Amino acid sequence: MITLQVNGQTRQVDVDPETPLLWVIREWLGMTGTKFGCGIAQCGACSVHIDGEVMRACSVPVGSVGTGKITTIEGLSPDGLSHKVQQAWLALDVPQCGYCQSGQIMAAAALLAHTPKPTDAEIDEAMTNICRCGTYNRIRAAIHSAAG
Amino acid sequence: MTLERRGFLASVTAGAFTLAWSGRAEANAITGDAAPSELGIWAVVHPDDRIVVRIARSEMGQGTATGLAQLVADEMDADWTRVGIEFVAPHVNLAAKRAWGEMSTGGSRGIRASVDYVRKGGAAARAMLIQAAAAQWGVPASECTASLSTVRHEKSARWLRYGELAAAAGKLPVPTDVAVKKPSEWTIIGKSVKRLDTVDKLSGRQMYGLDVQLPGMLNGAIAQCPVFGGKLVSFDAKAIAAMRGVRHVLAVGDTAVAVVADKYYQAKTALAKLPIVWDEAGHGNVSSAGIATFVASGLDAAEAGIGLRQGDARAAIATAAKKIEATYGTPFLAHATMEPMNCTALVTADSVEVWVPTQNGDASLAAAAEAAGVKLDRAKVHKMLLGGGFGRRGQQDYTRLAVTLAKQIPGTPVKLVWTREEDIQHDFYRPITQCKLTAGLDAAGTLTGLHMRLSGQSIMAFASPATLENGVDPRMFQSASAEEFGYHAIPNLLIGHAMRNTHVPVGPWRGVNTNQNAIYIECFIDELAHAAGKDPLEFRRALMGRNPKNRAILEAVAAKAGWGTPLPAGVHRGLCQNHGYGSYVACVAEVSVSAKGDLKIHRLVAGTNPGFAVNPQQIDAQIDGSFAYGLSALLYGEITIEKGRVAEGNFDTYQVARMADMPKVETIIVPTGDFWGGVGEPTIAVAAPAVLNAIFAATGKRIRQLPLKNQDLRRA
Repeated sequence: MITLQVNGQTRQVDVDPETPLLWVIREWLGMTGTKFGCGIAQCGACSVHIDGEVMRACSVPVGSVGTGKITTIEGLSPDGLSHKVQQAWLALDVPQCGYCQSGQIMAAAALLAHTPKPTDAEIDEAMTNICRCGTYNRIRAAIHSAAG
Repeated sequence: MTLERRGFLASVTAGAFTLAWSGRAEANAITGDAAPSELGIWAVVHPDDRIVVRIARSEMGQGTATGLAQLVADEMDADWTRVGIEFVAPHVNLAAKRAWGEMSTGGSRGIRASVDYVRKGGAAARAMLIQAAAAQWGVPASECTASLSTVRHEKSARWLRYGELAAAAGKLPVPTDVAVKKPSEWTIIGKSVKRLDTVDKLSGRQMYGLDVQLPGMLNGAIAQCPVFGGKLVSFDAKAIAAMRGVRHVLAVGDTAVAVVADKYYQAKTALAKLPIVWDEAGHGNVSSAGIATFVASGLDAAEAGIGLRQGDARAAIATAAKKIEATYGTPFLAHATMEPMNCTALVTADSVEVWVPTQNGDASLAAAAEAAGVKLDRAKVHKMLLGGGFGRRGQQDYTRLAVTLAKQIPGTPVKLVWTREEDIQHDFYRPITQCKLTAGLDAAGTLTGLHMRLSGQSIMAFASPATLENGVDPRMFQSASAEEFGYHAIPNLLIGHAMRNTHVPVGPWRGVNTNQNAIYIECFIDELAHAAGKDPLEFRRALMGRNPKNRAILEAVAAKAGWGTPLPAGVHRGLCQNHGYGSYVACVAEVSVSAKGDLKIHRLVAGTNPGFAVNPQQIDAQIDGSFAYGLSALLYGEITIEKGRVAEGNFDTYQVARMADMPKVETIIVPTGDFWGGVGEPTIAVAAPAVLNAIFAATGKRIRQLPLKNQDLRRA
């Protein structure tokens, strides 16, 4: 049994410790907002926060998380809409297909938590998540908007 | 429609997955309110005035669902803030004798091919609501007006909301002779309204195919023969039988094997350890180098299909004062949708049900029924929202494989998910082509003849050879056809294609052949302008007298970009135009190239004339997005073949554009109001040639082979 702190709750899962956190979140805990895109930490669709740091859950063995506080897209805001990043995304109609957006939003939220007013260069460096629909320019604008 | 009303309503959609509302205060599903009423097949009106517009096309991010809802809602005179959407299920469409028409979603046709019948559907619903009000008031319908989901009778100062009229209106016959509005009467069409499907994409609640959960469901991982055309020989199931969660190890047809486990992670982990023997079917020695030689053999071959011919290009070039020749080439490309291929299937003795992200619901239905061996009317398809399509999800291989697997475990739903590597290595790739262009200039630098010879693979020859026209695939000539080519003033013109098909599966990839052909034409025209010592814009304009719409958009974009005006030191411009999927587009790129050869794309100015612009801010989003997809191909995109199989496997080896690669994009939308053109694809074709022409301006180097990652951009 592995004990996890997820979105403010204590959860226990019977799983091999090398199982990637992504699959524990999706398949053992049943939360599907965190997406599978590549499995090798390239695309960022699986981005979650562990103690406030953005991590690519597909490449984090669940056994390594320990007492780290995990936040998934489902736990970013109480209503799924009120975090300033979600509000900015809504105002600018950012998503197209939407599949990568959970990860994009988690990456942007972590960026703004550390760097409240990021420059374009800082956005380029932090936002390496892939979006095949190509919403990058709206994501950039929404991050600037959320930064105020 | 013989189904009981309430039951029919419940059966139209895939369930609660796909309902979306513009009014965010609304619950995100129909609650148990009083019965809603169907007004024809396209609109459902609830007693509380909510209107649900039914969508037959697939939504994969391109915004078609919102645009289609705008068309219906405008004709209904609906209150847009209370409009939502739901998707029609393919089996429901089939049972209704395909009343909702074509479901296939590709070729940028979603709106332009449905625009007449969905607007008539909205107009019919409006007429029914007015008729119901007139009957209730005992006044002529001609004295009633409608706006914002309300019918008014001004003479008697009475009004009724659509919700109050819906039940009576729903009992009336659906009129078939309704007229649609003139464009000047539109109030919702042409407005930059927000998408209707955003909220759930921000919270993680949006369900995609990958997120399907069903009671008792098992999860499958699949390995297909890595060499195209090869077969499964054997596998050693015992080697992984004891691994945690593993339930079944099964052949899937004669080309693949799957592991089925409690969890997908368990299935894919076990599959990676499964010993498998493949029959490579004699293709195990095929390589990209061999394919390139084979394709090059078509550039000078005697035999070729003709796409466009006027005058005598060979003779004109032979006698020209100056002859110019160049050969271009583009590689195979994978789609790499963000959501890997997946499909969930439940098969019983006489039925099949699938949950699938599909661009073609009709084809998914047919594929599921065929693979399950059941009658078409015993198949159900629940269309899931797509995590990207780009042409990949018009194919049904992943549906067939899931059903073929699930059929072996009857009564148990199985979700089959591909790894990214499986997705990259088993695509229907953008075809490889090369193009040799030859031209003649007279002493004054006027273009007297152009010969464009394409060589390479045909999608039609792969997918539907019976539809070739005398051995010719007309789609090879996209943007180079009589209808789309932009330079008909060239007196002598010959455009042909020598077919060179490989064992690699090919299929439509966002923009299909417009991408490659626009590069070939627009970069070579740029070469000719320089050879003639003329400005690239002026050189083109002189050839566009018979193509006024192509010329108008090129001029508009050049003006917006300040073509000919000074730029910061080191920054250079390139431009191009194209006509594809019904729309006229153009682009100006501003780039710089460092001494080390590093490319920076600073700004792309794009323009489109789509005829009518249903939702300008979403057109803007599609231009932005198409450029990201087009720049991915330009900068990085390359699928190489080694030993008969794809060498690339994931986003580390198949790189795509990211935030840092993305230039500023400025768009102008100049609809001329006299045709309906596409939006999702047309602009992708102009991203690469504009940048390549700007690279030449910056470096003096002509890049003729893509992608740029293989090229040295240091100044010549």
